[in-house]
Amino acid sequence: MDVRVQEESFSAGEVLEAFTAAQTGAGAIVSFTGITRDIAGGLTHMEIEHYPGMTERALTQISREAAERWPLTGSLILHRYGRLAASEPIMMVATASAHRAAAFEAAEFLMDYLKSRAPFWKKEVTGSDESWVAAKETDEDALARWSSG
Amino acid sequence: MTVDLLYFAWVRERIGLPRETVTTEAATVEDLVAELVTREERYAAAFSDRRALRVALDQELAEWDSPLGGVREVAFFPPMTGG
Repeated sequence: MDVRVQEESFSAGEVLEAFTAAQTGAGAIVSFTGITRDIAGGLTHMEIEHYPGMTERALTQISREAAERWPLTGSLILHRYGRLAASEPIMMVATASAHRAAAFEAAEFLMDYLKSRAPFWKKEVTGSDESWVAAKETDEDALARWSSG
Repeated sequence: MTVDLLYFAWVRERIGLPRETVTTEAATVEDLVAELVTREERYAAAFSDRRALRVALDQELAEWDSPLGGVREVAFFPPMTGG
């Protein structure tokens, strides 16, 4: 179980390779990488604020819950904060298990939870404007499916 | 009691500072917010729509009616947008 909160950029390929090498008994590895998108049009950069201390706690709790629900050999959550340009990697999730179903499901679970339960806030900055990204109701809906099952 | 208040994202921008320490006898989060909004207009502006806000007590998500007894750190912020 690996949780990283960092300002510096990362290579998704390198992180995935190291994660894969660290697994024992895994037959399936799933990874997701989030990239900064220019939704507003004319994005100069994105600012990601977080709550140091609570962020690490929340991500660790989410990772623990995933490990209780699925037979994982390992999991990784990496999330950046600070100033990010368009097309940069923001975050990454990786899960490993003996079989693919558990790895896929656990990766989706980690993503759904961290989107609405980890204390990060995104602000989009364009040449003329800056605005906080609003939370989506669909993100809350995505969470609900894990509590019913 | 003395508690540290932390503000994030647009809550921080509206109030104009990231953290402060206050002395309060408020029993719950709701009571604390009621005290804050009477202090200055910028607090009233930040807390005008409580449905748009989340609260954490000692770094765990909490509710508006959660008790403050023994709590050292109260954080207010908008819904989270990670990922």
